[in-house]
Parts: sequence; structure tokens; C-alpha cells
Amino acid sequence: MPCSGTPRMPERGPPLEAEVVTRVDESPTVFTLVLSLTDPQAHRDYRFEPGQFNMLYLYGVGEIPISIAADPERPGLLVHTIRRVGRVTRGFAALQVGDRIGLRGPFGRGWPLAQAQGRDILIVTGGLGCAPVLPVIRQIIHHRERYGRVAILQGVKHADDLIWRERYHQWAALPDTRVLLAADVAGRDWPGHVGLVTALFDELDMDVSDCLTLMCGPEPMMRASAERLLDRGASPDSLWLSMERNMQCAVGHCGHCQYGEKFICRDGPVFPFSDIAHLFGEPGL
Amino acid sequence: MFLARTHLGELLSALRDRGYRLIGPRERDGAIVYDELSGAGDLPRGLRQSCGAGEVRLERTGSPRCFAWANGPQALKPLLFQPAEPLWQATCDDSGRLRFEAVEPRVTPTAVLGVRACDLAALALLDRHFLDGAVRDPHYAARRAALLLIAVNCTHPAATCFCAATGDGPEARQGFDLRLDELDDGYLVASGSAAGEAILADLPLEAATDARRQNAREAVAAAAAQQTRTIPPGDLYDALSRQRRHPRWEAVAERCLACGNCTQVCPTCFCSREQEQPALDGSTSQHLREWDSCFSEGHSYIHGLVIRQSVAHRYRQWLTHKLGGWHRQYGRSGCVGCGRCIAWCPVGIDLTEEVHAVLGDAPDA
Repeated sequence: MPCSGTPRMPERGPPLEAEVVTRVDESPTVFTLVLSLTDPQAHRDYRFEPGQFNMLYLYGVGEIPISIAADPERPGLLVHTIRRVGRVTRGFAALQVGDRIGLRGPFGRGWPLAQAQGRDILIVTGGLGCAPVLPVIRQIIHHRERYGRVAILQGVKHADDLIWRERYHQWAALPDTRVLLAADVAGRDWPGHVGLVTALFDELDMDVSDCLTLMCGPEPMMRASAERLLDRGASPDSLWLSMERNMQCAVGHCGHCQYGEKFICRDGPVFPFSDIAHLFGEPGL
Repeated sequence: MFLARTHLGELLSALRDRGYRLIGPRERDGAIVYDELSGAGDLPRGLRQSCGAGEVRLERTGSPRCFAWANGPQALKPLLFQPAEPLWQATCDDSGRLRFEAVEPRVTPTAVLGVRACDLAALALLDRHFLDGAVRDPHYAARRAALLLIAVNCTHPAATCFCAATGDGPEARQGFDLRLDELDDGYLVASGSAAGEAILADLPLEAATDARRQNAREAVAAAAAQQTRTIPPGDLYDALSRQRRHPRWEAVAERCLACGNCTQVCPTCFCSREQEQPALDGSTSQHLREWDSCFSEGHSYIHGLVIRQSVAHRYRQWLTHKLGGWHRQYGRSGCVGCGRCIAWCPVGIDLTEEVHAVLGDAPDA
């Protein structure tokens, strides 16, 4: 399966060195690292497509896949937004500006931006699923005239989990762009809906049977969203999901990311619903 | 052509003279393992193998034959896709700068004597996985290019074998440099490549008689006929996917220890995990690749969540991938009928029995 990105590594090789140039704390557990490849030529040549991921390596600890939350038109700023949850991400959380890590990538097949032109776009994300779609939103903002109406729906468990509050506020002010937020548990001053993100579909002013939908988040949230959108006439080809499984090699060799017959690292991580309908929602796959 | 048994040593010498490290079967710890051979005397002469579900026994027969058994726990896979090897190394200097270097595989030209048809079929599958995708594995590729394969047609399949049902044996039909048929007094020899042909030119060969050729043909036919285990033919992906909730998955999970032996002896299982091995002084860290198993809990771990929590899910994943997923990924089954997963399972789980039960077509039902 060819990947949509420029094939950079016909043979699997070691990472490149990257330096932390900016670090932002987004929430008590979520932080953003902006990286720069220390080899100037590699840095200049680096390109990615929205939805792809990099393998980030912490010296002496390990390597993990992290989606690219950068602006595709500013590839010199390699942005990764990360939740502190495991051994490697706890180490990344301790990084400071100037610290060095390893980077391999980009890998995988991203969002179907070519199909998005001229269409209404519905973006449904949950939790940190907002990160892999950020490059798409940036792309749309750069070329707003190429796309129809845009709705950005983001759900979180607790209102305090919402990152990028200011960004959502700015996006909501763009022409023909709606931002709808949902939290299972609202905090003080919560501006959005209280409950599941799927409840926000009732507030949409676009025809879901005709729009392109991009989804990223926990599988139960994507499952509930897909069911409701299909019920409302969405086509399985117009519903795209970013899937996640254990990934260790990122080139389809280590076997961990197998999802049915798919290798998520290579055939995905973004799939049209029609490609994975026979697997989606099945426990233990 | 025919090579008299007394000249077998000359085949081994011809390989060594060409600079090959010689790997072949020998007896160790009550099993037949593939390891370095110093000469024909190391071969498992007069040994027979008795296998059942969860059982492997060697027996002495007094026969002069060296290949009158089916297979050992491993053959080619560990020679190419090593159980553990470093892929790259990171060096950290005092200022925290990192330098990454690929660890080049140490490759010795290697000749393997006694390769079975099932092993060749498995090798062709591993080639597709590691070499034919968008990204090649340089370690596998380097070792694969340095390999010379001397197949021996299988005349003594184990009770656990079912290569006739998968269509992969017992006769080696392709993928070898040389192929032998073992007879009591020697070997019929055929070449399958230019490298094999060149080696034949060095050997004291005689013309093969019709009687010997017929003898060899009949032995291979008998080896196919005596196999009793079967596996349903074709792509089982849809059929197995329709049975995701079959109670048999829970039943087999009651017996399965999730030890992963089946995946370690399987000649096509390709899963590996990656691990860091930092030096004690902190100045370097090696990035290792080690065989993994879909029976381990960590195999399906993502940020705090294990996708395949139950052993039933893991067994279902393994069997469905082996007999179904492989068809979609690589155009054929991932099972070559070697029966190793049956023989080396500590509790004797038999995938042929399980797949028939799940699909409801048990041959004896």
C-alpha cells in the first residue's frame, strides 16, 4: 500500500536527531513540543501530510508514535501534542527547550484532503483526538475559499481536559465555521454542551449525507458518532477515521498494529469507514 | 544425478570450500535443531521422530539415513529474522547531543542443509513480508542474500504434519539451490539455481537410475498419503470472521497458556517488539528488535489499554490472521502445514482441530 507522503526511507533506518525549540504546557497532563531536525538539510526537506505521524525516540527509554499537529504549510515547525501517560511520554514531559530526541517519519496515510475541496467538512474529535486533525484545520484556514462550511465538534470527559480553548474561539469566528464543544462533566464557565459529543449533531446546519467527515478520538466515541451519522444518511465512503493500535516499527513489519488484515501504521492510520466497517467496534481486534 | 552416501561429506566440503558457514540438522536436548555442522558425522543419522499434540520424541532406528524425520522446532526463520538483534544505536555526548547509527548486521554466507518444503514455503512468505513491501528490512535482506539452500524432500512426515493439505510439501518444488532425495544408499541430487549447478560440478556424481528415481517418487507420494491432519482450503478470513463469537474460542482459551510457543516455532510468525538497552554508563543505548507474540498482553497495548484482554481474543487473532489475514495481506495462507505449533504446544492445542471446530466442518463429525 503506497503511503501518500513522500517516500523518504525505502529502507528502514535509525532516527534523526531533533531539538526541542518550544515547549507549551496545554493542561496538567498535555504538553506540546515543537521540534527542529538538527541536520539543516533534513530539516529543510521534511514534509508531511495532515494525519501522518512520526516516531519519537527518548534516549535510552524508547520510541513511540505521535501524530503530527503541525501546520503543513510551515513544515519547519514540527509540532507534537502529547499526553503524559506512559514511560516514554513521562520522559517527554520532562524535556526542556534545547533537549535532544530522535525522530523518524513521517509515516502512514493521512486525511483525504483532495476529496475535501468544495465540500462541507465535519470534524468530530474526542480528547486528544483534536491533535491529528489540527493540520487539516490549518490547511482549511489557509485556503478557506476552497472548502464549504466547516463544523468542528470536540468532546472531552471533563471541561478541564479541553486544550486550545483560545484556538477554538478563533476558529468559531471564521466565516462559515462552527465550533461546538461538549464535556461529559462541565466545570465552571463551560461554554459548551454537557454530555456526549454525539448530541451536537442535532445542532449542525449541514447535510451530513453530503459532507466529508473526519473523526479522531476514543473508539467508543467514534463508533457512536459513525452510527448516528450513517443513520442520518452519511455514506461509508465519506466518513474517515484515524485509528490507533500499538506501533513499534511504523513500516508494517513488527505486526503490532494489525487490525484485521490492515497494518494501521502503513495502510492507515486514517481509513474510510467503508474499509474498516467489517472490523470496527468489534471487541478484541 | 546420484550421490553415493559415502560421498555426502564431499558435498559438505564443497560448500565449506566456497566459504559457506554450514548449518544443518543435529540432535540436541532431545530434539533436532539447526546449528553449525562440522561434518556429515554431525547429522542425525538413524534418528526418527515421533510427534503428537504437545509431544516430540526422538527414536533410534539403526537406519543409515540422516533425514528420516520431519522437522525440528526451528529451521530458517531465526537465521534471517533473528530472535534478538540491535537495529541501531544512539550515542549521547556530555552536552546531550544524540548521534544515531544503524547497526550493520553481521552476515556470513550460510549454506543450510536439510531444508524442508514447508520451510521454503515459509521463507517465501517472510520474503514478501520483509522485502517486498514499501520498506525493506536491511537486516533480513542482507542475510537472505547470503543464503544457499539445500532442500531434502521429506519422506518421514510427523503425525503433526499437514503440508499435503496446505499444498506446500512434502516435495520441495522451488526456492532451493540444491535438492536431495534421500535413499538408503545415497541421494538423488538436482539443482535449482546457477549456484547449485556449480556445486554439482564438484561432486562425484553418477547417473540416477530409473529404479532410484521411482523409489524417490514413491517415498514422497507415500509421505503425502500418510498425513492425516487437514486444514480447510482457501482464504478463511470471511468464514472465521463470521465466527467471532463462536464458543470454541472461549473453550480453547481455557486450555491455552498464552505462552506464545506456537508463535515462536511458527516459521511465518513475524511479530517483533522493540526495546532499549542502554549501557550502564549511559553513554550509548542500543535499540533492539526481539521476537514478540500476539499471545502476550503487551502486544495490543495502547496508552493504558490492552485491546486483546482475553486469551480467547488472542487465540482468535492468531488463528484468524494465520489462516485468513495472510491471504489479504500476502495472497496466501500464513500456514505451511509444518505442524510445529501442534507439537510444541505445552498443552497440545491443535490448530487443525480448532479451525475445523470453529468452522463447524470437523472431518470426523
